[in-house]
Amino acid sequence: MNFDLTEDHVMMRKMVRDFAEAEVQPGAEERDEHEEFPAELWKKCGQLGLAGITFPEEYGGVGADYLSYGITIEELSRVDASLGVTVSAHSSLCANPIYLFGTEEQKKKYLIPLATGEKLGALGLTESMAGSDSKGTRTTAVREGDEYVINGSKLFITNGYYADTYVITAQMDKSKGTRGIAAFIIEKGMPGFTFGKKEKKMGIRSSSTYELVFENLRIPAENLLGQEGQGFKIAMVTLDYGRIGIASQALGIAQGAYEQALKYSKERVQFDKTLAEMEVIQFKLADMATEIEAARLLVYQACHMATNKRPVSKYAAMAKVYASEVANRVTTQAVQIFGGYGYTREYPVERMMRDAKITEIYEGTSEIQRIVIAANILKEV
Amino acid sequence: MAKGIWIFIEHHDGLIRKVSLELLRQAKIIAEASGDPVTAVVLGKNISSVAETAGTYGADKVIIVDDEKLGDYTTGAYTSVLNKLARDEEPLAILLGNTAIGKDLAPRLAHRLGVGMASDCIGMEADEKDFLKFKRPIYGGKAFCELTLTEKPIVATIRPNTFPSGAPDAAWKAEIVKADAVINADDLRAIVKEVALAASLRPELIEADIIISGGRGMKGPENFVLLEECADSIGAAVGASRAAVDAGWREQKFQVGQTGKTVSPTLYIACGISGAIQHLAGMGSSKVIVAINKDPDANIFNLADYGIVGDLFEIVPLLTEELKKLR
Amino acid sequence: MNIAVCLKQTFDTEAKISLNSSGKIDDANVTRCINPYDEYAVEAGLKLKEKFGGEVTIVSVGGEKTPESMRTALAMGADKGILIKDPVLEQADEWVVAEVLAKAISQIPYDIILSGRIAVDDQSAQVAIRVAEALGLPSVSTVLALEVEENKAVATREIDGGTEVIEVPLPAVFTAQKGLNEPRYPNMMGIMKAKNKELKVLSLNDLGFAEAPARKSGEAVYSLPGARKAGIKIQGEPADSVRELVRLLSEEAKVI
Repeated sequence: MNFDLTEDHVMMRKMVRDFAEAEVQPGAEERDEHEEFPAELWKKCGQLGLAGITFPEEYGGVGADYLSYGITIEELSRVDASLGVTVSAHSSLCANPIYLFGTEEQKKKYLIPLATGEKLGALGLTESMAGSDSKGTRTTAVREGDEYVINGSKLFITNGYYADTYVITAQMDKSKGTRGIAAFIIEKGMPGFTFGKKEKKMGIRSSSTYELVFENLRIPAENLLGQEGQGFKIAMVTLDYGRIGIASQALGIAQGAYEQALKYSKERVQFDKTLAEMEVIQFKLADMATEIEAARLLVYQACHMATNKRPVSKYAAMAKVYASEVANRVTTQAVQIFGGYGYTREYPVERMMRDAKITEIYEGTSEIQRIVIAANILKEV
Repeated sequence: MAKGIWIFIEHHDGLIRKVSLELLRQAKIIAEASGDPVTAVVLGKNISSVAETAGTYGADKVIIVDDEKLGDYTTGAYTSVLNKLARDEEPLAILLGNTAIGKDLAPRLAHRLGVGMASDCIGMEADEKDFLKFKRPIYGGKAFCELTLTEKPIVATIRPNTFPSGAPDAAWKAEIVKADAVINADDLRAIVKEVALAASLRPELIEADIIISGGRGMKGPENFVLLEECADSIGAAVGASRAAVDAGWREQKFQVGQTGKTVSPTLYIACGISGAIQHLAGMGSSKVIVAINKDPDANIFNLADYGIVGDLFEIVPLLTEELKKLR
Repeated sequence: MNIAVCLKQTFDTEAKISLNSSGKIDDANVTRCINPYDEYAVEAGLKLKEKFGGEVTIVSVGGEKTPESMRTALAMGADKGILIKDPVLEQADEWVVAEVLAKAISQIPYDIILSGRIAVDDQSAQVAIRVAEALGLPSVSTVLALEVEENKAVATREIDGGTEVIEVPLPAVFTAQKGLNEPRYPNMMGIMKAKNKELKVLSLNDLGFAEAPARKSGEAVYSLPGARKAGIKIQGEPADSVRELVRLLSEEAKVI
């Protein structure tokens, strides 16, 4: 067992950190304030190869492992969780299902521009009546000749509006429940595909979250992803991998907030001592550091499983539920250490605490993660 | 009277740079104790008056090399001339200011002479064994290194403002010796096509006695006029932190810090500068530091001799008014 | 056009500096990186390669950890690396390092040699200029802009109070000042490719030195600065505080 990163991973971390600190961090506060999507930064992420880390070179990717991906999302989220989820959702939720389930033609047409960062991707899964429960999917797809006709809407779609390529799910046969669901690749600008309301969110405010609306959206039959009826499975596998991204995001948020708190503790003087000289603060910092380290080990282990094509479901769910809960505890404690200042927007911990909350909710709530973990461990016995 | 300490006299428009005068004075103090002579070495074109002035600052001897080809500083020609002189006369030490010219010339000269060199020194004293001992900051001023150079001549550049400069004595008579410039074609491979000096009445940052610097707290380029007005009331230079330079508010050449200029003024006034370690690397050797910052926890207060917690947009104009009253 | 870049691995500029038990700078547990000024040199080299073709070779004198930084330069796009590593070089001064680098560079094809104007660790700012002297090449230091044509280069260099434009025939040495360019980040693809690029490690013997060049400087003695203490925070109404500040500066500190 080796806990050291390889030279490549060290170099990747440094590169992403340098980029994040020099170019992402400076505007993070303002983008949060104005809910401004980081379009320019996304472009730069593409140039740096962050859009297609895990995909083979022949599909425009880098051909690196999942740990490279995890470290990247961690480092971006350490300064700006919104950019972290933008890259993660693009990569895990759109490019990855096309890579895993797409035909060669679909990979050439859609995966390559996604992996190079030329195009941005999103996944349309959630609906108003289908959150954790995919059975409730009301968007329908009907085969008509060489086309599918899609009607319905999708809610809370990360990268919605800014994304060029969308993987969506729709019900083709309600009587079959989740087995009646199919997945499709659609493009922004197709007639019948429009955007509904933009969500005003508590955190990750500069990531884009939109409603997708389909009114007699006609798409060519070759845009079916996988087989008819395979949509639910595609979604579940996609989310298994996606959770690695969210776990990494949560880890990054926690790390960022912890570093802020550590720095502040060494500078802030109260009662003639720095906060860091007070045992009550030392204990907080010790707990934060320990929990982050534990989360990191879980996240990197999940990456290891994914890279080695081993079953990821349990490990990704464990990493996600633990890291997201650590992110919430750590950011809350960071705000506490900053005291009144921490509650204001003068310091980034306020934003980090708001950003952390969503990691316990999206791509499967903490409750769903526990169901997934339980299902896995009970099956093992 | 061979040997002794040589001071490379840097001059511009007929005026000797302050750092050269500082070196003349300090060399004289050291040389008097050891009984060595101090020689001012002046290179350039039409420079007899510069040579005479250098003489009045206490040099025992002035070597003057007046040549058409030395009108503009070029690495090649200056190195060759000094190399020849040094090999003929065998001085114990050649000292230069740590200026743009000194930094370019000294390493080249040292290598041609086959000797070591001490760069950007902030201390120099006599050494029993190796004649001179130097102190220089390393790691952005986070450590110091004291060293001697074992081969002669010793070559060193000294940071401006390290030593006080002396006063001229019109009665002091230095021996003035003319030397020929021996320059070959290879020395003139680099051609100076153009020199653009910024039209500024303010002193050069690295030589200024007083520097007023602005950082992120300046909020925008337009507000630096406040610092300029304040600087002009006391003849100070205006500097900037990396944050202000990276934001595009000030030119890079005004940046004080590890990746900018290293300065040692008598008084450094930091306005709206938090005091990042990279900034401290550039101004930590200032004699007196004043901080004006609205954040009472700003790191700059941990090393400032005097601090005012407050709005610089209110404080600086008041300071300008007060300083004007001193005139 | 073949370019050699002299690159030094330094401590991260945020590194805490302390002395070890033998009084030397403690290099355990510090983050290392490419000397920031050498990064400008690498970038300048890559730009020239993109324009004229040819190869960029990274040449370093260093130790165990130096390849990490050289790999970063390779990930940015440099083609190969030569590391001169030899136990005797741990005692090297600027003279020795310059002689060694010059010897290494003399054995590869080059039209331009680039380096940073200063290294942020020892801050001596000598080596690149000494390399030029050792190779008998013209040099332009503290370069802010560099235009290269077939056999010559026009460099804008920073001087005190302004800039100077210098034309110089190639081959020549240039030292990079901040402002010359914005170094690129190594991208993911570059990082993946870097490990397959050639990085030669040579000893002084390999380079053809019969014996190591002898240093010209005496032994250095290191010290840490005494902590600068926080002084007086002047309290009160702005107008009063400023008056008090000016009084203190003129009467107590006697600096104005």
